[in-house]
Amino acid sequence: MEQDVTIKITDRDGNTHEVLAPTDMAMNLMEVVRSYELAPEGTIGVCGGMAMCASCQCYVKSNHELPEMQDDEEAMLSEAFYVKENSRLGCQLPISKEMEGLEVELAPES
Amino acid sequence: MITTDILIIGAGPTGLFTVFEAGLLKLKCHLIDALPQPGGQCSEIYPKKPIYDIPAYPEILAGDLTDKLLEQCKQFEPGFTLGERAETIDKQDDGTFIVTTNKGTKHHAPVVAIAGGLGSFEPRKPLIDNIIDYEDKGIEYIIKDPEFYRNKRVVIAGGGDSALDWSIFLSDVASEVTLIHRRNEFRGHLDSVEKVQELKNQGKIELITPAEVVGVHGNGKIEAVTIKKGEDSFQKECDHFVPLFGLSPKLGPIANWGLEIEKNAIKVNNALDYQTNIPGIFAIGDVNTYPGKLKLILCGFHEATLMCQAAYQIINPGKRYVLKYTTVSGVDGFDGTRKEAPKAVVKAIE
Repeated sequence: MEQDVTIKITDRDGNTHEVLAPTDMAMNLMEVVRSYELAPEGTIGVCGGMAMCASCQCYVKSNHELPEMQDDEEAMLSEAFYVKENSRLGCQLPISKEMEGLEVELAPES
Repeated sequence: MITTDILIIGAGPTGLFTVFEAGLLKLKCHLIDALPQPGGQCSEIYPKKPIYDIPAYPEILAGDLTDKLLEQCKQFEPGFTLGERAETIDKQDDGTFIVTTNKGTKHHAPVVAIAGGLGSFEPRKPLIDNIIDYEDKGIEYIIKDPEFYRNKRVVIAGGGDSALDWSIFLSDVASEVTLIHRRNEFRGHLDSVEKVQELKNQGKIELITPAEVVGVHGNGKIEAVTIKKGEDSFQKECDHFVPLFGLSPKLGPIANWGLEIEKNAIKVNNALDYQTNIPGIFAIGDVNTYPGKLKLILCGFHEATLMCQAAYQIINPGKRYVLKYTTVSGVDGFDGTRKEAPKAVVKAIE
């Protein structure tokens, strides 16, 4: 579908999945991961997507320009574990056309 | 031994509403929750966030929803075992159950309803290799009794409200309070942040930011932590290290109760009455799974209502009952109160 973008998601076992994500359903990256069941339920999106748990932390591998980090995401990441330079919270990344070809890897469960 | 009709594990919205529905059927409830207060995620994680999909509430704060559910079920006098995690379950010869918590509190009931959401909230532990060696030997993840820290040297790590609040509180109790956070900014109420700033200026709290505790040392008991600040690493002596990095839910001991688990949730008999593979044990709300399951508070309410009807049949085999409407029948509380709709005025027109 023309409103879909292709995203490459590497799961916590190291397997990479190329998935189609809709841009017109107000979904975020965490929800895309859940919709494709790329991480077990209960281990991702625990807080529902309020940037309050970091269970959807991922590492951005490609050079896409993503929405700027807001205070709550930055604060949550400052308390999370396994945080790297390219860490983001999937729940704070709404799926948009600019994400075509995005490559991310899920951070370990903590 | 605490005895009740329905033992509810989890005092979140679904568990609390179960008390009301059970009460209408004259069944008493007791709730166990690992958190020190009722409300589950609503009160622990997002009390100040609005919820928009509770029927008849265009908008309600999660904390207010908890308060209203407590108010609604109050007349059915629920019992609470809070701050304790349901650990083991033993089925008795008569088909009833004894559930024991991690603190040894025993509960006896013919029906168990697991309304545990995503599980019990466990502290998130920092990734320090030997941290387990010092747990309860100077490292605590939850502050239970502030007096425990009187005249001690305490290092607190974290950047949220609990790290701020406890630093403020302990600055009057402990001999020394050090607060360590990875950033200069804190994610807490503004007045807490300002208070910490004030206490720092008064020399009552030592603030080390942006920094991180990367090592713990001691001899049978914690004696010091290693703090990394930029390129520098140094040790700081202490009697206690309290990492406060929030809580994350884990299914925990329930996973070992012989229940069928699928996708980190308890499998139930589709949408019949939410009974698990063990007769007498039900799973309702976010903790269960069945085809078409939606993890919504409103679905938890529905599941609780259906579950109570099945619980009634187990507790009162063969006893007749028909569904009643509260508007018609009113609500008779176990505390002797009665709520009822005012009678219509009957008056002749002359």
